[in-house]
Amino acid sequence: MASGEHTRKPKPTREEAAPTEAPSKEARTQEVDDLLDEIDEVLESNAEEFVRSYIQKGGQ
Amino acid sequence: MSLPKICGIETEYGISLKTEGEFNPILTSSLLINSYAQPAFKRVKWDYEEENPLRDARGFDRAVAEAPGEDDSGLVNVILPNGARYYVDHAHPEYSSPECSGARELVVWDKAGERILEESIATARAVTGDTSDILIYKNNSDGKGNSYGCHENYLVDRRTPFANIAKHLMPFFVTRQIFTGAGKVGAESGAADIDYQISQRADFFEVEVGLETTFKRPIVNTRDEPHADAERYRRLHVIVGDANMSEVATFLKVGTTSLLLKMIEDDFITDDFSLREPVACMRAVSHDPACKLACELADGRKLTAVELQWEYLRLARKYTQNEGSDPVEDAVLDKWEATLEGLERDVMSLAGQLDWVAKLALLEAYRSRDGLDWSHPKLRLIDLQYHDVRRGAGLYYKLAGAGRMERIVSEDAILHAVDHPPEDTRAYFRGECLRRFSPRIVAASWDALIFDIGREPLRKVPTLEPTRGTKAHVQSLLDASPDAVSLIANLST
Repeated sequence: MASGEHTRKPKPTREEAAPTEAPSKEARTQEVDDLLDEIDEVLESNAEEFVRSYIQKGGQ
Repeated sequence: MSLPKICGIETEYGISLKTEGEFNPILTSSLLINSYAQPAFKRVKWDYEEENPLRDARGFDRAVAEAPGEDDSGLVNVILPNGARYYVDHAHPEYSSPECSGARELVVWDKAGERILEESIATARAVTGDTSDILIYKNNSDGKGNSYGCHENYLVDRRTPFANIAKHLMPFFVTRQIFTGAGKVGAESGAADIDYQISQRADFFEVEVGLETTFKRPIVNTRDEPHADAERYRRLHVIVGDANMSEVATFLKVGTTSLLLKMIEDDFITDDFSLREPVACMRAVSHDPACKLACELADGRKLTAVELQWEYLRLARKYTQNEGSDPVEDAVLDKWEATLEGLERDVMSLAGQLDWVAKLALLEAYRSRDGLDWSHPKLRLIDLQYHDVRRGAGLYYKLAGAGRMERIVSEDAILHAVDHPPEDTRAYFRGECLRRFSPRIVAASWDALIFDIGREPLRKVPTLEPTRGTKAHVQSLLDASPDAVSLIANLST
């Protein structure tokens, strides 16, 4: 491999969409939808209260 | 010549109860550990004699007093047959893996820790008969400004100046989060708000170098507590990492850091990648899931985290070509390269390898299906439950079960590691002695076992050399010692 080349590649521009923006519809397949259905079955209920009550004492 | 990178990972797990109302995390953590530990192992005390968490690698002793934690004494603290330590620390159950000889082994014994916590939930329930569920999360933040650690430890040559270690590790640690990050919805600890970030931990680092671990957390931690021959060794205590569910992420985290340390010991790195503002850069890198942000170096150059990691990989390739490498290191180098290529090409292509990308892909799928805004509490729940150690309920395990997460080791190896020590470090001697002679062992620690052979005085067997006490080294001794008395006699001849 010639890893030295990699650092010389032109930097991609900031204009490219960040992955946190605009989830693409086509990213979801039937397989993913089936998986989400399966996860729905195990996901704790009452998300808002559940997340609010998860408080930890600080650690290291 | 660099030292073998004996390594381990200590994880403070998040703990909660499903029921409403008051809950005491110390009592529940104690219950988990007490119910799990076998009686024969529970009576072996942890030997605190060599513990000295306030000694500083920069040479001063007890410089900045960190308030003694409520973990210091009297709490549950057991040694497991696999050579690990399982105890209550800072109101969390903590699993400190046994010493391992490399990244692949450490993935195995780190994962064994998850299985031990999962099993402890069942043993605790059997004790109390309680139907309320104890919940255990292998993550680093409660999302409300409280963080708990996942620390790595590496054997380092005492002769290597600490200043060199700090100088070269700093830019490496700031940028390695692009593959070690476990992902987090939102920001904490005064960081500017953001939808999603790469690391669970990055928001909590405030200084560059220091001794503290619970506040003013430093990127390079100076705790100098070798748990080994202090004349020869340091134990580098790395507090900057996220706890990983992904085997690939742990493998890369440990494997790349081990290679960096070898290069530093051999004074191989002549480049200076010092960052202008490491602490600010640490946050900025974490807050940039596109991986496009340029970090400014002290010399004015601007490189992205990926580009800086390419530099380290280039050095590591050259170093191993000169000095040789083992098959695990070769696998680390190849995985490192594939990961950087993936991050450059399309971040989402690593959804099957890296925790932060896997979690992001899952969150995006939910957002797409249910039309959820980033502020929706369900997304924070998914973030949390990704780290649930129960294989039937943890979302990482749902992804893994669907074949969507790449594995590094086999489940058989992990289950074997629950009850067996690694064979090629001193953990083997510790684990085997406990398995064979526990009624005669009064106390144990990382660097000693203390035997009561029925007559005064107690006999201390030091294990100050982490590379000794391996199966190859002591199996014949152990096999020739049917009991502790003969072991002590054989050791002194």
